[in-house]
Amino acid sequence: MMMKTMMRGLLAGAAFMASASAASAVTYVRGNDSDPETLDQHKTSTISEAHLLRDLYEGLVIYDPEANVIPGVAESWQVSDDGTVYTFKLRADATWSNGDPVTAEDFVFSFQRIQNPETGAKYATILYPIKNAEKINKGELEPGELGVKAVDDKTLEITLEQPTPYFLELLTHQTGLPLNKASVEEHGSDFVKPENIVTNGAYTLVSITPNDKIVMEKNENFREADTVSIDRIEWIPFEDRASCVRRFEAGEVHSCSDLPAEQLKSIRDRLGDQVRTPPYLGTYYYALNTQNEALSDARVRQALSMAIDREFIGEEIWSGAMLPAYSQVPPGIGNYIDNPPQYEWAEESLIDREDRAIELMTEAGYGPDKPLELELSYNASENHKNTATAIADMWSPLGVKVTFNVRDGSAHYAHLRDSDDYQVARAGWIGDYSDPQNFLFLVESDNTGFNYAKYKNPEYDALMDKAAAETDLEKRAEILAEAERMFLRDTPFIPLLFYSSLSLVSDKLQGWEDNIQNVHATRFMSISE
Amino acid sequence: MFGYVLRRLLGAIPTLFFVVTASFFLMRVAPGGPFDRERALEAKVLENINKVFHLDKPLWEQYLRYLGNLLRGDLGPSFIYRDFSVQELLGSGLPISIQLGGTALLVALFFGSVLGCIAALRQNSWIDYGVIAVATFGITVPNFVVAPLLSLIFGVWLSMLPAGGWGNGSPANMVLPVLTLALPQIAIVARLIRGSMIEALRSDHVRTARAYGLPSRMVVVVHALRAACLPVVSYLGPAAAALLTGSVVVETIFGLPGIGRYFVQGALNRDYTLVMGTVIIIAVFVVVFNLIVDLLYAVLDPRVRYD
Repeated sequence: MMMKTMMRGLLAGAAFMASASAASAVTYVRGNDSDPETLDQHKTSTISEAHLLRDLYEGLVIYDPEANVIPGVAESWQVSDDGTVYTFKLRADATWSNGDPVTAEDFVFSFQRIQNPETGAKYATILYPIKNAEKINKGELEPGELGVKAVDDKTLEITLEQPTPYFLELLTHQTGLPLNKASVEEHGSDFVKPENIVTNGAYTLVSITPNDKIVMEKNENFREADTVSIDRIEWIPFEDRASCVRRFEAGEVHSCSDLPAEQLKSIRDRLGDQVRTPPYLGTYYYALNTQNEALSDARVRQALSMAIDREFIGEEIWSGAMLPAYSQVPPGIGNYIDNPPQYEWAEESLIDREDRAIELMTEAGYGPDKPLELELSYNASENHKNTATAIADMWSPLGVKVTFNVRDGSAHYAHLRDSDDYQVARAGWIGDYSDPQNFLFLVESDNTGFNYAKYKNPEYDALMDKAAAETDLEKRAEILAEAERMFLRDTPFIPLLFYSSLSLVSDKLQGWEDNIQNVHATRFMSISE
Repeated sequence: MFGYVLRRLLGAIPTLFFVVTASFFLMRVAPGGPFDRERALEAKVLENINKVFHLDKPLWEQYLRYLGNLLRGDLGPSFIYRDFSVQELLGSGLPISIQLGGTALLVALFFGSVLGCIAALRQNSWIDYGVIAVATFGITVPNFVVAPLLSLIFGVWLSMLPAGGWGNGSPANMVLPVLTLALPQIAIVARLIRGSMIEALRSDHVRTARAYGLPSRMVVVVHALRAACLPVVSYLGPAAAALLTGSVVVETIFGLPGIGRYFVQGALNRDYTLVMGTVIIIAVFVVVFNLIVDLLYAVLDPRVRYD
């Protein structure tokens, strides 16, 4: 069996070399964070998979180069007055790579498949706003009862549980991409293999060699194939970010999807404007276990947050690759108010803040005579370690003594999930869609998966429910802002830093626009020699 | 001889069984599972996935299922790389690791022996000190320093060779990784050969050979070197097994699709089946190479016989 697979690999390699020498097309060698865990959109969860799938498939709506939502397979849509029924009109010329038309039935099939418990989809939750999705995923209803139906070949109707203003934004996620029903039914889970896969995006999959490269070629059946300028993409996974930088400098790759933060300054010195560090939709935070006796006091939590010098951590530890965070929701997010809330002490000097923090701690009964002993858990990484060490040092004037608990990623998150005895825990959140709800729902009482603070505040939950029911976007934004003010007052999480996306983009590569979602579809780019 | 080999191979079966069993349960002792990531999964979603991979069953049942599949030659699906079976991953990576490690091994043997012999024959000369210095350097500087340095010098600054990538196994892409893998081995082999060669040159049978008036070159190559090879051969058994099953550092830094990193990646990701598959491959290599070493002993040392 092993021998057979080896032979197949060798043959595929030989065939690949033959096709590579035949083409003298424009090739984009594109660095990616890692290999995909899968190219089955319903089983994916990582950012590197999102990059790949964005080139292979086109959803109902897509992101343009600046990450605005624009029509994709759907040329237009209508929303019912109560905001719960979306009717999409699909393009007549939307075609699969095998020449078949993309139909509403393909979408119905896909949305049902991701909720079917047998699929084992990690990210099924993201589409729970669709009517009955959650119940189907939990095995309470049959997939056929999902609120998605094909009115005719080119008309798709999606019914939601309740109005969801960010629903279109949700559909840009890879879980909303269509599958070719016939192909999946024929090949089962092998439909992702290069020899079977049928895609409807700008590219098709040619080959995939784990830890080496993934090759894509232009899909001649794509509805806008004549606007696509890059003929071929070679995706290279770089677990070691510094390797990508070296290969970029050697002229072997055109772009890197991430950079070693600790080397950012020297890379910028050498490569100048080719280094891109726009803000990213993500927050790096410490969760405080509010069920823990010491941390159940909001004054203590506030004091801990107040005493942290975020500028120092962002600039010195992360070399400017992270920006100081004084709120949970990152700036530049959609559907929010113009002046989003932040800590009222954000502008105060650090010395004043430290004094206030010491006062709060004294009120709560802690001080030099009665130090607060805290355990800080984080997942092993050089920068997480440096951050934790710096913060422990910043807390020491408050009479806080920190011990560290370091585990690898899997063990760290399993510990947060399964135990109650942790106190302070590192975590991070990258937004799935550009809406404050996606950052504030983390600490809702019933969010057992992400509410590492075990924060339970009925008032907060009521605000989140109220926002969910509100169809007027401006009013909704105000309600969410009120929730965030409450969040900052209670500080179940200490927001520390906002992520930036770090990329290297060659001068030869045109059409790469910096954007907060860090989405860059190859179809909008070109390469000049 | 044949009977001996057969006995040894049969003896390996309980060893492998023990390795499989111990690693299966050790893996599960580690906290966390394959689906515990920064982004926690909803309880029901996790339950769905666990069901797909039979992780909802009791551990002993999973173990029996794994053993059953293993006997049929099925290493199972990877928990993380869901589009591939463990066979497919190891099947595409192993030939590459063997190609890289095998080349490095040959390079190390050749240069290590030559340097070691020269140093031994010119003991306490500047050549000897030079070889010892280079060898000490080769052993002490770790490959995670050597690899990026070579890539930076020859790939980025001099633009003589690719800074990384496999390039479908083209010789240019192999030079730097092979050099990185071979350097410490050259050093070790050179030191071993030097030491045992100095000893062999003073031994009775070499003195006798000289007394018979045999030409100096023949004495060195046929009589002294043959005896001096013994410690190298016993070192090379486990070393070859390690080289041929890939190096996580070299593969990660140069971006090579071998199997070396599956072991570390697999362990960190709790990709149970992938780790098991890698462990089995490594175990088989160790068993086979130890056997080869023992057989080579019989060839090299007239006193050893397996009858």
